[in-house]
Amino acid sequence: MLDKNGIAKRIAKEFKNGMYVNLGIGIPTLAANYIPEGVDVVLQSENGLLGMGPFPFEGEEDADLINAGKQTITTLPGSSIFDSAMSFGMIRAGKVDLTVLGAMEVSENGDIANWKIPGKMVKGMGGAMDLVASAKNIIVAMQQVNKAGQSKLLKTCSLPLTGVHCVKRVVTELGFYQIENGAFRLLERAPGISIDEIKKATEGKLIIEGEIPEMEI
Amino acid sequence: MNKVIANADVAIQDIQDGMTLMLGGFGLCGIPENSITALVKNGVKNLTCISNNAGVDDFGIGLMLHKKQVKKMIASYVGENAEFERQLLSGELEVELIPQGTLATRCMAAGYGMPAIFTPAGVGTEVAEGKETRNFNGKDYLMEMAFDADFAIVKAWKGDTMGNLIYKSTARNFNPLMAMAGKITIAEVEELVPAGELDPDQIHTPGIYVHRIFQGSNYEKRIEQRTLRTT
Repeated sequence: MLDKNGIAKRIAKEFKNGMYVNLGIGIPTLAANYIPEGVDVVLQSENGLLGMGPFPFEGEEDADLINAGKQTITTLPGSSIFDSAMSFGMIRAGKVDLTVLGAMEVSENGDIANWKIPGKMVKGMGGAMDLVASAKNIIVAMQQVNKAGQSKLLKTCSLPLTGVHCVKRVVTELGFYQIENGAFRLLERAPGISIDEIKKATEGKLIIEGEIPEMEI
Repeated sequence: MNKVIANADVAIQDIQDGMTLMLGGFGLCGIPENSITALVKNGVKNLTCISNNAGVDDFGIGLMLHKKQVKKMIASYVGENAEFERQLLSGELEVELIPQGTLATRCMAAGYGMPAIFTPAGVGTEVAEGKETRNFNGKDYLMEMAFDADFAIVKAWKGDTMGNLIYKSTARNFNPLMAMAGKITIAEVEELVPAGELDPDQIHTPGIYVHRIFQGSNYEKRIEQRTLRTT
């Protein structure tokens, strides 16, 4: 079973040379630590920065330079800064090649819920609705099973939706899936995870064809 | 043309109960600290506030929430504020959560003189309820209206006496968009200089959008998530 860093490592393998990538808060942000050797990507932070660099060293932090998670960060050679309308303009116009974000639920037709639990948690959608409505290439990083043992890869989302028919791929602690024709197609198993464990943890329609390889991370 | 006024207290003195305000900033980054302090001191209430976030418990718009000056909050993300959540769940505070890009673009539309924009954000979700949907080239879009705000209050790094503004780093965020969108726009700056000292090529907000400008003081610039690396 993968931990958060394991999920982030698998996601980072999807980064290809020349991509502009938006990483959401949480596990997706960790993927920045595992960008493969020789792969050159530019990270977009939707509060208005292209070319997000690493966290600053102590004493170099700048209150005016943060990422979308409100963390202090740095710029890199070639960074650019812009306002929030342009930031979402480049997202809406499809200029950002890959979006990685977290989710509470994903359904077999690619719907995603990640912004609200009625009566309990109301934090807001931030930029997630804009991202999922426009990105061509969305990978969700999430836990497949909640603390109560229930699957979060569902037939239909039970929580208020963030977007519809938009998620293309999902990486969880158990596996790597592609969403196609209303089903989760299993592409890879997490190290040491059996097909049976994956079947038990998937409520939505699951397609398993042929030998399913174990992830290399 | 000189738009300089003395301070925040003067800048906000004609903001009336029940008005709609835009407040720039992302989290606590680039918020108009001096004007918020003045609004809290002044005690104006029943405000509708448009801002990406609602501050934290003891800073930013959170200070106005504690004094129950805000009737309605229009924001995209409000996760860092316990008092906000309490007022929301108890029904004291009206809240409209909207996608961040929609928020930014509704400001932009107001400043560009466009009544509405079309965006795919929120299609198929509860954000779409009651809104006109149009299909362009096979994809659905929501019609979202330009904001109509009585005042916009923004924070810039440098400004000149004619109201031209330059922002610093990611403290830019919503500030230039809101600056364009207010019926009256107030700008507080860290450094106010005479007209002519800023390079016209470097101006982010042209002074035509700014009605009042003042030199702020005692900026705290609080950091929400001080995150460091060691190696």
